[in-house]
Amino acid sequence: MTGMLVALPALMPLLAAGVSLLVSRIQHAQRLVSIGVLSVVVADAAVLLGVADARGAVVLRLGGYPPPAGITLVADRLSALMLLVSAVVTLVVLLYALGQRVSDYGRAATTSFHPVYLVLSAGVMLAYLTGDLFTLFVAFELMLTASYVLITRGVTADRVRAAMTYVITGLTSTLLLITLIALVYAATGTVNLADLGEKLAGVDPTTRGALSLLFLTVIGIKAAVVPLHFWLPDSYPTAPAPVTAVFAGLLTKVGVYALIRVQTAVFAHQQAWQVLLVAALVTMVIGALGAVAQDDVNRMLSFLLVSHIGYMLFGLGLFSTAGLTGAILYALHHITVQAGLFLVLGLVARHTGATSLRRMPGGVARQRPGLAVLFAVGAINLAGLPPLSGFLAKVTLLRGGAASGTEMGVVLAGAAVAVSFVTLYALARVWVIAFWGSGKEGSADAERSGQLSPVMTAACAVLVGAGVAMAALAGPLSAVADRAAHSVLDVTSYRSAVLGGDR
Amino acid sequence: MASNSGHDIAGGDVAGGDVWPEDSDTPRQPWLLAVEDHPPLRRSLLLEVTARAVFPTVLLLSVQLLFAGHHHLGGGFAGGLVAGLAFVLRYVVAGSAELSAAVRVRPLALTGAGLALTTVVALLPVAFGAPVLASGSLTLHLPWDSEVGLSSNLALDVGVYLLVLGAVLDLLRTLGAGVHAGEGED
Amino acid sequence: MPINITLVVVLGVLYGAGFYLLMQRSLMRVLLGIVLVGHGANLFLQAAGGPAGSPAKAGTAIGAVSDPLPQAMALTAIVITFAVTVLLLALAYRASVLLDDDEVQDDVEDRRIREAPESEDEPASVISLREEQR
Repeated sequence: MTGMLVALPALMPLLAAGVSLLVSRIQHAQRLVSIGVLSVVVADAAVLLGVADARGAVVLRLGGYPPPAGITLVADRLSALMLLVSAVVTLVVLLYALGQRVSDYGRAATTSFHPVYLVLSAGVMLAYLTGDLFTLFVAFELMLTASYVLITRGVTADRVRAAMTYVITGLTSTLLLITLIALVYAATGTVNLADLGEKLAGVDPTTRGALSLLFLTVIGIKAAVVPLHFWLPDSYPTAPAPVTAVFAGLLTKVGVYALIRVQTAVFAHQQAWQVLLVAALVTMVIGALGAVAQDDVNRMLSFLLVSHIGYMLFGLGLFSTAGLTGAILYALHHITVQAGLFLVLGLVARHTGATSLRRMPGGVARQRPGLAVLFAVGAINLAGLPPLSGFLAKVTLLRGGAASGTEMGVVLAGAAVAVSFVTLYALARVWVIAFWGSGKEGSADAERSGQLSPVMTAACAVLVGAGVAMAALAGPLSAVADRAAHSVLDVTSYRSAVLGGDR
Repeated sequence: MASNSGHDIAGGDVAGGDVWPEDSDTPRQPWLLAVEDHPPLRRSLLLEVTARAVFPTVLLLSVQLLFAGHHHLGGGFAGGLVAGLAFVLRYVVAGSAELSAAVRVRPLALTGAGLALTTVVALLPVAFGAPVLASGSLTLHLPWDSEVGLSSNLALDVGVYLLVLGAVLDLLRTLGAGVHAGEGED
Repeated sequence: MPINITLVVVLGVLYGAGFYLLMQRSLMRVLLGIVLVGHGANLFLQAAGGPAGSPAKAGTAIGAVSDPLPQAMALTAIVITFAVTVLLLALAYRASVLLDDDEVQDDVEDRRIREAPESEDEPASVISLREEQR
């Protein structure tokens, strides 16, 4: 029955999306379906994590076909960890979105949001669980197509412009991904990740290197790795806050997960990969510098998002257990904190009516102390100051960098610290301009302030609180992340779990 | 209003007899349901007659494709697309009014039903202890020495069929009718 | 494995023309580019299904049947490209209604840098920048 656990996170949201379309006339039913199903997925992911941690990877062969031929779903510790955190974030962001819709439109909101959001979650969950390259592609497409719809909902000229860039970039990477799959299939005759790992070992190293590089490029577009990041700060900020939050929290991280999974299981790098480390360095630095130059808070956060993708690449690029542990911890931390900060800034924008720092009236800290606390905790966490989860993740990463003993590792560790300070500076600017000061009289009239629904604030609090909780659970969490990193790098046990038999 | 008179002619001889005494050459039923709403200058007899004749045939073909799918060419996707094409034909002949007259359900509800059915069928084998998406088949022996093979994949294909049909109809509604009305969806 | 030269040429033309169109400004041309590259990619999937590795169909000798996996993958890819093409068409339509054109714009940062020497005051919004360019 554990196999069922692996199938549910991807299938339940799809089923719910269908039901949601059927009952689209009944608002309450739609809401109940969405919340109910995502809660089930959270519970499922938690159980799955327990099982995978205790007994190793859970493998489900769809339709009972043996692995290289059929579609295999695999949940090992890494998948289950990402799944759990992502499921929590999708649920919380959904609650926030519902709070926003109720206070914005009353009960008669448009109904296409729920099914699309559910399909997006299904895509995200499937991407974590898939055991073959082609299903990974399908999962990406589920997720991205839903995201195209979410970003183009609501007709404004700005949004259409932004959506064009977003959709075209997404599509280009999709087409390159199909091309990559064709190349890989031509070289090996399989798309199963475990099987590919074995077969690619017999392929000419040059071809293998080229394929690995092409995969990095394709996923680099999706995960916004500099210099392929240009689309992200242009498109994300135009969407409504909850949509931006779920994009920023999940979509890029799914890309990072795919990179981790495929570069280890398939291409099986044995030592630090210089190309990836350089990409990590450039991503960190350019993202952070871009963030400092921004006036719009959402654009600023988007650049920070790009910058912090670099940290995860840094951890992965080392291809050591310590580095990978750091990357996993960082991804978990970043999913929650980035989504949380976008939601908090969404609330700030609703309160002040502005996203541009120049137009911010200031004084939010006095008018809305709760919001100020949420932002402060989130900002400190993102910058990686002790004692929150960002600090834990960064220290693990830095240890990995130092332990690698290579020059590049040390340079990157230094850059990571410097970029943390730049992050702190960028966020401190927001704090000083938006939260301090007296605030113009009457700028935030009582009516606007009254619109901040308790549900939305609570959703922000949960995500920001997750950072605190991760810090509180630092011991067990890093232990699990460490075991996850071990099992990710232990390619042979992954293969024997998926393909069966001793390899 | 034009459609009303059309339906009257179709519906009965009571009112029709009064308006047109010599009703021998008026059709007892319009070729298509809402074709009277279409601007007269845009109507084409040839197209209307063809659509009338071809529409049921194409639908039948789509069902044939749906059932053939498991072992031969076809399947839910192909069937759904062909069924969608049948409605495209009606749309081309008589515009969006015809489409909404021909399809009374919301297209998205069809898509939803298809998606839900597909996932339920995918999960159902678990109840019988088989892995997700497993399929079973049985052969029915009918009188006169004939056999019908039924596979549980058929239910999956029906789901896909509904999903694709719903999607095509929704496309026609939003990109066809919506654009004609000079507005986007939502 | 012998290489089918016709297929290679066709693939080259499809990818080349498609990516050329992708670089254009008009969304309609971009759309056509995506359709072309999509066809190229699907053809590529078919071409990849030869005897290079052993086909994934279990229990059959290589060459006895055509490899079903690339066909399944190509079908999926076709469906996905179809869906996204429709989405792009809708987007192009909406752009032409809202913006009177379907031009894909420069990066926001690029435009800000281009504008920087002249304008000291706050950066103009996307719309007003567009107006100035005309």
